[in-house]
Amino acid sequence: MKIHEYQARDLLAEAGVPVPQAQVVESVDAAVAAYERIGGRAVVKAQVFAGGRGKAGFVKLCNSADEVRQAASFMLNNRMVSPQTGPGGIQVKKLLVAAAVDIESEYYVAVVVDRAKRRPVVMVSKEGGVEIEVVAHRNPDAIVKCWLHPSMGLLSFQCSQLITALGFKEKGQVKSAEKVIRGLVNVFYKYDCSLAEVNPLVRTKSGDILAIDAKINFDDNAFFRHQRVQEMFDPTEENPMELRAKEHNLSYIALDGNIGCLVNGAGLAMATMDIIKLHGGMPANFLDVGGSVTADAAIEAFRIILADTKVKGVLVNIFGGIAKCDTIAEALIKSAKEVGFKVPVVVRLEGTNVDRARQLLKEAAIPQLVTATDLTDAAKKVCTKVA
Amino acid sequence: MSILVNRETTVICQGITGKAGAFHTAGCLDYGTKMVGGVSPGKGGTKSEHGLPVFDTCHDAVAATGADVSMIFVPAAFAADAAMEASDAGCSLVVLITEGIPTLDMVRARQFLDEKGTLLVGPNCPGIITPGECKIGIMPGYIHKPSDGKSKSVGIISRSGTLTYEAVWQCTTRGLAQSTCVGIGGDPVKGLNFVELLELFENDPKTDAIVMIGEIGGTDEEEAAKYILHNVTKPVVAFIAGQTAPPGKRMGHAGAIISGGEGDAKSKVAALKDVGVTVADSPAKIGETVAALL
Repeated sequence: MKIHEYQARDLLAEAGVPVPQAQVVESVDAAVAAYERIGGRAVVKAQVFAGGRGKAGFVKLCNSADEVRQAASFMLNNRMVSPQTGPGGIQVKKLLVAAAVDIESEYYVAVVVDRAKRRPVVMVSKEGGVEIEVVAHRNPDAIVKCWLHPSMGLLSFQCSQLITALGFKEKGQVKSAEKVIRGLVNVFYKYDCSLAEVNPLVRTKSGDILAIDAKINFDDNAFFRHQRVQEMFDPTEENPMELRAKEHNLSYIALDGNIGCLVNGAGLAMATMDIIKLHGGMPANFLDVGGSVTADAAIEAFRIILADTKVKGVLVNIFGGIAKCDTIAEALIKSAKEVGFKVPVVVRLEGTNVDRARQLLKEAAIPQLVTATDLTDAAKKVCTKVA
Repeated sequence: MSILVNRETTVICQGITGKAGAFHTAGCLDYGTKMVGGVSPGKGGTKSEHGLPVFDTCHDAVAATGADVSMIFVPAAFAADAAMEASDAGCSLVVLITEGIPTLDMVRARQFLDEKGTLLVGPNCPGIITPGECKIGIMPGYIHKPSDGKSKSVGIISRSGTLTYEAVWQCTTRGLAQSTCVGIGGDPVKGLNFVELLELFENDPKTDAIVMIGEIGGTDEEEAAKYILHNVTKPVVAFIAGQTAPPGKRMGHAGAIISGGEGDAKSKVAALKDVGVTVADSPAKIGETVAALL
């Protein structure tokens, strides 16, 4: 799960990370009032998950109350369109008004889980302000890493190593950098994050160390034990169909193609998308109904897939193990009755009780339903149907 | 022969009185696995619905039964702790089926198990099976073909569940037996990985070829490729799921995500092909690709 910049800022500030003075607002008047409190120069930033804010005009440096009024009014009354939002853009509901600082240099600090080493790693770089992937590609030596002991966490000497790598020597700056690194690590552990990143961390012209922008993502598997994180969840930033699927314990991701997929198991669901592409089609979604498919889950899955108007055909691919094929066939027949198949539905079943399942489907004689003999046959048939 | 588990392996189930634990313990017993007991706190001294002794703690269960392996069906919030309990009680192998365990729990559990020298399969996996001998997990037993001394045998390592069944079935229907199939699970932090299992299969005289089923996310397949180059002489066939997956989206499995410019299918396929692994381009061709190599 992701959260907004202002929420990440709050979590870091609570953990002792130095941040510029700022306030989150929901109206133009409140933005102006916030500016009056901050004074001087301020940055108004739209609070959305999508990137590309700057280029779209949704991050504005302002020197007066009038400029803040103008910027806030623009951001709250126009949809933000960027390469990450899609052509329809998104409605901005919250703005962050933050004190602007004179930046001397920019740094990068983050904590993630290193999968290969099976432990969290703190990464720092003097090359902040750009995406870390770009730095990793261009100059990997510019990133210094310390791996955290699973139970002991960040050790003092590691923190010193990281601060040295960032190049801070002046006493006050060393102290601030330590607050940033320790704060970030503490937030990472406290809330079961998958990413806690400050980019950029800056040194201002007056010598202060401040976290200007932060990004925090959480481990969905640990959602259940963090009420604070649950409260920060913003459903309006999620795809409504993906949310609806989640409520029914289905794993669904909308994609751009026109062939809907209904599959049991995540690996098989990805492989099904792949085989569609291999035969010239484009998948409209990823959908895993789970290892043990129930009739209710299958019906809801059909409702979700067919609600996507791009879908011109559906491929059902089930390998019945614990879930029996005849149960799934019955669910298909029920779905055809309750949801109605307006596009061709190609069905490939294999595994437990497959013969009885094929017999049931044959007897039901559903007009739009096409059975396939194997996975390749299924992919070819569905691609031909939508072509 | 086989790796890790065989007809002598004795198994307990943590969570034996829960719905999934009870159901799959029955499935393992039906298959012929030596299930010797189970753990369910507060129900010690009773019998499970299968007639197996139930213990309050893993230590009691291992002390009384001498079990080698624990199969875990404990809810996600408590599953990592259950794995550490099994390790502490002396199990040499822990098979962790549970899905949805917090990553940082697994980071700590893995550290604990490593210190004890306990092997882990999973989490978020179907389990492990040596066909005809021992099934520990939720896979349908009948799709597998036991080694019979005549047929060639394949060892299978996979990050997926049903996609593994698919590969197994494709092998079985072509007359290829399986020495052992290991579902290593779909989580970012897990137990045995491709490299360790490739080594075991390479050294198993009854395994003639190895199938590895990977997917997007992480660099496990790239690590496997590096290992294969100098250490594996047996033919290896791979399939990588998620060629069409968009970056930044978690594809069902917690570990299946392309992030930070790493983990896409293309680079995994390239790394494996580079070291001579035959990569099937279609999930429907895993069996026929292995058959062609043997």
